[in-house]
Amino acid sequence: MNLRNIGIVYRKELREALRDRRTLISSLLVPLLLFPLLTAGIGAAISALLGEAKKEVPAVMILGGEDSPGILAELRGSDKIKVVPTTKNWKDEVINKEIRAAIEIPAGFQDDVVHQKFATLFIHNYEGDMKSALATDNVQKSLEKYRDRIVHDNLAAKNLPETAFKPFEIKEHNVAPPEKVGGAAFGGIIGYMVILLCLTGSMYPAMDLTAGEKERGTMETILSSPIARVDLVFGKFFLVLTTALVTAALSVTSMGVSFAVLGHLHAFDTAGADAAQLQLHIGIYTVLSIFIMVLPVAVLFSAGLMTVSLFAKSYKEAQSYVSPLMIIVIIPAVAAMLPIDLTAKLALVPILNASLLCKELVTGTYHWNFIAIIFFSTCVYAAAALFLAVKMFQREDVLFRS
Amino acid sequence: MIETRGLVKTFKDKKRGEIRAVDNVSFVCKPGEIYGLLGANGAGKTTTLRVLATILEPTDGTAIVCGHDVMEEPEKVRANVGFLSTATALYPRLTSQEMVEYFGRLNGLDEATLKKRVDDIFTRLDMNSFRDRRCDKLSTGMKQKTSIARTLVHDPQVMIFDEPTLGLDIMTARTIIDFIRECRQRGKTVIFSTHVMSEVDKLCDVIGIIHSGKLLSEGSLGALRSRYGENDLEEIFVKVVAPLYAGREAN
Repeated sequence: MNLRNIGIVYRKELREALRDRRTLISSLLVPLLLFPLLTAGIGAAISALLGEAKKEVPAVMILGGEDSPGILAELRGSDKIKVVPTTKNWKDEVINKEIRAAIEIPAGFQDDVVHQKFATLFIHNYEGDMKSALATDNVQKSLEKYRDRIVHDNLAAKNLPETAFKPFEIKEHNVAPPEKVGGAAFGGIIGYMVILLCLTGSMYPAMDLTAGEKERGTMETILSSPIARVDLVFGKFFLVLTTALVTAALSVTSMGVSFAVLGHLHAFDTAGADAAQLQLHIGIYTVLSIFIMVLPVAVLFSAGLMTVSLFAKSYKEAQSYVSPLMIIVIIPAVAAMLPIDLTAKLALVPILNASLLCKELVTGTYHWNFIAIIFFSTCVYAAAALFLAVKMFQREDVLFRS
Repeated sequence: MIETRGLVKTFKDKKRGEIRAVDNVSFVCKPGEIYGLLGANGAGKTTTLRVLATILEPTDGTAIVCGHDVMEEPEKVRANVGFLSTATALYPRLTSQEMVEYFGRLNGLDEATLKKRVDDIFTRLDMNSFRDRRCDKLSTGMKQKTSIARTLVHDPQVMIFDEPTLGLDIMTARTIIDFIRECRQRGKTVIFSTHVMSEVDKLCDVIGIIHSGKLLSEGSLGALRSRYGENDLEEIFVKVVAPLYAGREAN
């Protein structure tokens, strides 16, 4: 292996990559913009939509209840819902979103309540529709208020304290520090995003430097120079690795900044514990440890993508080979978002192991035995992929496939 | 000097089985001489030249280029060879000068020598007006000149040209033909493949007629004329190839 020649190839490939708009977009622009857009853009859009939905006073219909004036007065008096006149086709109106819910009061409801007989009320709604869910929530709150008043009156009539009905209450108390709470909430998605962007960052240059070069006819030109094929592969590989790592580094940095800004803004918005819970503190050591763990994954992706792309005769053909790889990578990366804990066996599963580890690192948990297994196993997979890439560059039937 | 002995190159094809693209080819090409490999499309010219440039490995036989065996010292062979074909394209995002410098560095030139060589070649080939222009913005003629400069930068002793004028306009093709002549004048060993009879007529000292991977006949134009009793090279070619062609058609 000749380091001088590897360096010459690397510098030339880097120069070409920096002049290529597609590489710049996939490796620099996407990771820089994705997280701010995801956190600020989509977050703002969701909160705007939720705010709008909450502002709306939902129209609801009351079915029956003519003999129960108490509950009718309670519902009509609520400023959280707007009671509209009853029609026969109330069901269609709920489905067509003309009204958000319909409350069915059975005949003799008030009598049953007075005689302390058990009665059931129905709220007919549109499951899965956010505005219908909000209307149901508002109706439920009004009805619970009415029920609590009845219970209170009944207890008072029998000279019983409130605790006779409700002897104790249950409260949750979080003992995890805010960064762990934030990490547990966002850790899965961070590993997934970093790994996915690492793949997309290396995808374009890997295809361009192999299949693209075959398509443009420059492969034969470079093969006629005295450089050894192993040096050529390494020169190209280091460039693909650089783009993968730059993409990963930019995505981690952009993610850290985005969450910091989001946490800061949220602290102004909401007072108290909620704000602390949503904050995600990503320290420099966490960023560094994620980066170190992503390194062998990036090697694996770079070498793997180069090997697969080299089979193709053209860039377009390479795209059709590489696209299914996205699914192979996405599945284990997404699996890390599920409530799965890292085990010794899972530490050997490529991609899933790094993704699960990223989740732990973000929460500040360091299981050194798993870190060692994951790092070395991924290094072994990466070395195998690199070996395969070198072998592939020595196969005439692959280089001159026609 | 180039010397091949019983050179064989086979490929495996799923439908056609084993294909002998080069079949027991032996010839010698001396310094200061242009050897023309004449053959129809698919005759085995490109494969033979790719084996000589060590882009492909021979299946059998040997080839010695500038004293180095293509199998044992492929990198040394390539360091002594300038390979030019219509398939050897340029890197679109590099400038003409960067392209030439890249190959100079890969050929082990130090920066001082490289600068001197590049300046020299760019002046000689009248390329200074587009030296900083990206290769994807060059005209066909400029691209060919850049390719020539790329093959010349390390001053190789052997020049291999694989159908270098294919698809080029008359003026650009003439630049290439002049360049090949200049290589001979400078004492380089030149091997040149084509199916254009007029180019062989104009350039070659020795002609090798190749068909179905086999070298069927070899000699100077004068020797071939007297051997086949024909004055026109095209007639000679047909006479050499026709029996094999008829046999293949019958099969």
